[in-house]
Amino acid sequence: MSSAPPLRVAVTGGTSGLGLALVRELTGRGAHVAFVARTADAVQRIAREQPNTHGIVGDVARKDDIYPIALQILGELGGLDVLINNASSLGPVPLRLLADTDCEDFEVALATNLLGPFRLTKAVLGALTASAREGRGAVVLNVSSDAAINAYPTWGVYSASKAALRHMSAIWNEELVSEGVRFLSVDPGDMDTPLHALAVPDTDPATLKRPEHAAKELVDAIAEALAALVTPKLGQVSASVGG
Amino acid sequence: MTAATEPVQRPIDAKLLVIDPCHEPRHAARVDLLDFLHAGDLVIANDAATLPASLAGHHLPTGGDVEVRLASRGSLSPDDVETFTAVVFGAGDFHTQTEQRPAPPSLMPGDGLSLGPLRATITGVLDHPRLVSLRFEGRPDQIWSGLARHGRPLQYAHIATPLALWDVWTPIAGSPVAFEPPSAGFAIDWRTVAAMRDRRIEFATITLAAGISSTGDPELDARLPFDEPYHVPDTTAAAVHRSRLRHARGRGASARQAGASGRVVAIGTTVVRALEHAADESGRVRGGYGIATRRIDRTTRLRAVDAILSGVHEPATSHYQLLRAFADDDTLQKADALMSALGYRTHEFGDSVLISSCC
Repeated sequence: MSSAPPLRVAVTGGTSGLGLALVRELTGRGAHVAFVARTADAVQRIAREQPNTHGIVGDVARKDDIYPIALQILGELGGLDVLINNASSLGPVPLRLLADTDCEDFEVALATNLLGPFRLTKAVLGALTASAREGRGAVVLNVSSDAAINAYPTWGVYSASKAALRHMSAIWNEELVSEGVRFLSVDPGDMDTPLHALAVPDTDPATLKRPEHAAKELVDAIAEALAALVTPKLGQVSASVGG
Repeated sequence: MTAATEPVQRPIDAKLLVIDPCHEPRHAARVDLLDFLHAGDLVIANDAATLPASLAGHHLPTGGDVEVRLASRGSLSPDDVETFTAVVFGAGDFHTQTEQRPAPPSLMPGDGLSLGPLRATITGVLDHPRLVSLRFEGRPDQIWSGLARHGRPLQYAHIATPLALWDVWTPIAGSPVAFEPPSAGFAIDWRTVAAMRDRRIEFATITLAAGISSTGDPELDARLPFDEPYHVPDTTAAAVHRSRLRHARGRGASARQAGASGRVVAIGTTVVRALEHAADESGRVRGGYGIATRRIDRTTRLRAVDAILSGVHEPATSHYQLLRAFADDDTLQKADALMSALGYRTHEFGDSVLISSCC
């Protein structure tokens, strides 16, 4: 084999918090990254800051945005090895009791946290399995939360949607193990991010995990999963992101 | 035969005509496709996703309405999206049969086109007033974004509702390089892929940038298919090689009567085009990138592919000409008569034929 081609990775919610840290971490390790976010200004700003990335404007919560997003990811990267469903919605803030939650607000959060990852995964699945068949391996990482497991009062909307996402990851993983696509659900921990500040505004940021640290752990987890999938002669593919 | 008019990829009543030299043509349900394949066969599909290649806009020198249908490009490279070959129609949209569509304004090299967020310049008129080469302005990411926002899948008048990308991407669609869907692959869903594994039928893919299949203009249609860039993964080339070794062994054991295994079964004409272009005289397929230039017709001796699952095509089309490499004209005419009698539907969302050696 000649030198391994760079890993092709797509990250949703890539202009702030953990998503932005993931874009920087992946790019730093030589991956070819496309990132998605809703705001054109933010996308352009990050694309300028990280000149070898591909910024895509779109909202994973909107059904009609999914195929345009997938088209740009797959078109600009020429395929896909890793999808990171990172974009998340807390639901209505300040956080509130489920009994005080409007149904419409719950639907919006489910669209971002559950249906969006489902739709985008389905739209890029052909590319991921192509990568797996070619011996490059393929991984989908769905960003989870300890709220997906534990029942915290007032976190109901976020928590229920993340619990569903976690279980969906497990089902995808069972169904696609024979196609060579691995699904990971990872809780990055309580981080100093805009999302956390919205949820718990009075937390001292110094007590929270740095998103850069969490991003490194997540990319390590992806590299490890790829290494387990990839045949030995193509080991360089995962090595290029393993750092 | 009539065209399928609903954009449903896998209608539960989809039909399959099985054609092989050992039997009269057999009518079956397409959901039973795998019953006509054997352990050891290798099924190969085209995993190209389909571009939104129809772009509505204006011809800047005259202000006239145009619909630009991107038709081919030079390579599969993600950055190679500046220059395309395109067929240009005048005012109107897919609701009008392409045969009835007005001509575009007179097109000249250097003319600008405004296509939603995209700007393009005609760089050449290719021996036909509708067929041009064009170049988009901007960086590749801007062109991809413009195509994603403004483009629509190519569509013909027999389907009344506008198609969305999810209507035309096959379940296995990966890189968006096709101009029309490799629609034989609509039949292959993930349940089928899993069932193939259970039955020890191997599954692999190629990627071929399937070009426009029909323009409504007999002179242009006679030039189809255009050259089509493709990629045969090394893993697929290796699978073809293993399959041919199995096939040769099967023949040696007189397994032919019982149904030879180790056949290479192409899902669609585009797979035949890629594999036959990539094959050497002995049928050995090279992995890598190439451009399929050869037409395949009744004079072609197939070297790599043994069977094809295809849509139901009208005799005038290049797809039908390709099927003549798999079966003689008497057989195909008999099959056509049977499909007409049984109400088979043509076009992308229609029924299917499987043409093979004895099965």
